[in-house]
Amino acid sequence: MPERNVVEAINNALADEMESDPRVMVLGLDVGKLGGVFRTTSGLVERFGTDRVVDTPLAEASIIGASLGLALAGMVPVAEIQFLGFTAQGFHQLGPQLGKYRQRSRGRYHCQVTVRAPFGGGIRSPEFHSDAVEAQFVQSPGIKIVMPSNPYDAKGLLIEAIRDPDPVLYCEPDRLYRAGRAEVPDGSYTVAFGKAAVAREGKDVTLVAWSAAVELCLRAAGKLADEGVSATVLDLRTLVPLDVETLCAQVVKTGRCVIVHEAPLSAGFGAEISATLMEEVFYDLDAPVARVGAFDVPFPAASLEDYYLPSLDRVLVAVRRTMQS
Amino acid sequence: MLLPDGTIAAGAKSRMEEEFLLEALRWMMKSRLYDQRVIALQRQGQFGVFSPGTGQEASIIGSAMAVDPSRDWMVPQYRELMATVHHGLPLEVISAQYLGKIAPARIPDGVKVLPTQVSIAAQLPQATGLAWGLRLRGEDSVVIAYVGEGGSSEGDFHEALNLAGVVHAPIVFFLQNNQWAISTSRRVQSATQSFALRAAGYGFEGVEVDGNDVMAVYDAACDAVERARNGGGPSLIEAVTYRMSFHNTTDNPSRYQDPKEFEEARTRDPIERVQKYLAGLGLWDGKRETALTEELREENEHALKHAAGAAAPRPEDVFANVYGDPPPRVLRQRAELVDRSGV
Repeated sequence: MPERNVVEAINNALADEMESDPRVMVLGLDVGKLGGVFRTTSGLVERFGTDRVVDTPLAEASIIGASLGLALAGMVPVAEIQFLGFTAQGFHQLGPQLGKYRQRSRGRYHCQVTVRAPFGGGIRSPEFHSDAVEAQFVQSPGIKIVMPSNPYDAKGLLIEAIRDPDPVLYCEPDRLYRAGRAEVPDGSYTVAFGKAAVAREGKDVTLVAWSAAVELCLRAAGKLADEGVSATVLDLRTLVPLDVETLCAQVVKTGRCVIVHEAPLSAGFGAEISATLMEEVFYDLDAPVARVGAFDVPFPAASLEDYYLPSLDRVLVAVRRTMQS
Repeated sequence: MLLPDGTIAAGAKSRMEEEFLLEALRWMMKSRLYDQRVIALQRQGQFGVFSPGTGQEASIIGSAMAVDPSRDWMVPQYRELMATVHHGLPLEVISAQYLGKIAPARIPDGVKVLPTQVSIAAQLPQATGLAWGLRLRGEDSVVIAYVGEGGSSEGDFHEALNLAGVVHAPIVFFLQNNQWAISTSRRVQSATQSFALRAAGYGFEGVEVDGNDVMAVYDAACDAVERARNGGGPSLIEAVTYRMSFHNTTDNPSRYQDPKEFEEARTRDPIERVQKYLAGLGLWDGKRETALTEELREENEHALKHAAGAAAPRPEDVFANVYGDPPPRVLRQRAELVDRSGV
């Protein structure tokens, strides 16, 4: 089976969907000849032409707003926002407009739109590029939020997103774009939304994460094994819909839970996970649920990002404390 | 073209024939009468917050008559209610929306109108995308998108017009400059002499018309629609008009509007000048006005009665039409609401 990294998996998913459905188009900054700043759209304009692979003006609100209109016209747009932090300049078209359009039109219209955006720290990018603002969109009902952590899921979840009749925000872990290859089949397959994946099975503690933080948790689990602690790593894959069932089952199994994310701690999605566990499985817990996030300050200069982001060390400290309770 | 005293400017010739002008007058009067009726109902607590088009009927109807409901799309802001009705949206459906109805307020399939947009100018990037997409799909449709002069200050206005110029979208941006954004006057809104001039910055044509002259509006809109349909790309029309009422039923213009300015604006009433012109041709008189007014009131009343009698929303409609495939958590919340409300 062919091996692909995350960039190649995304590129392959886009190409396959554009091949099989002539309504699918890609638009955004530098997605044409350049192939995107991370090359996720490389080769697409040569294959599908400038009507379907469109370099747009530098304007996030109109990239997303026009995608909504393109969908109403019967196209299936896949918009690229160069970095998730820049969705702030298109936030209104994404959260409130795309999210509410089906409801506001009493169901007459729906918006088959995928918005892709890389995010996260660890690649020494300038300010605003790394912001992990995924939780902001959880407060915009109507948008599905997809957070792949590996090449196989990156392709399957993207195809699922493109085919979904409702808007999907698909956040790409830029730190993992070229972190390694894994088996990614040729041809079309989907990974269902709302199905968390057990990335590593353990019995003492459950680490809950999504996107690049899954990789961090897997490293932590390896270290913990050396210390005699067996950790489960649960990859949520999608924040909306949230797989409450698997989350609860995997936490009940170990009785302990540490949530890890790259967004600032306060009101990050970890707070939602923790509150859900309190409501659903409080009496099955052997220790308080712990959270490891970025600090409650703006993303710092790249020279300081290693101190800001959740580190292996901070995850290990949180797990050890959880094991002692 | 059609001057406030009901005469035609020397040498002017509109595309609008007399019979068509009578049709335009009918729609303009219907719009004015509807405003008056629903404002009265709102005051009695029987209608929602409402933004009347009073004073702007020539803009609203003249532009709507230039597009083809069978193939063109209309993207409203919210002060163009009767334009959307002209475009095929049943009056009882849009009325039901103001009454908070859900299913009865759904735009019927086949009617090429998008929902009203309360978030100012947010509809414009969407309208550009719609027009662009229709062209990519090989359709010969044109989009007409409405906005006010206040909306032209929004970033979405700029982004939408810029993108429309770049992708050569078949779209007409129809800007109603009614001089007011709630209490903010046109002078505060922009230092530009003319909002139509802005089109030059996006690489397409902008024209300014007397927005109280239904003939001039219709002609300008027809030109723009033809240009868009023939591959000539977008246009911006600034219809210079005047809001002869409040912003909406919660507003009180006496706090900010000079009464003299308002009185002066009333002398330029878009409906009266059509009536005077047609009277000069022997096509209009007091008797005809009374008869038509009566007929239109009945039509409006019928629609309002229909809307008021339509099914009231059920509690679980809170969850209606959000997702094609609702997440389990949302389904659970829905079940909890249904249990509690005993439905």
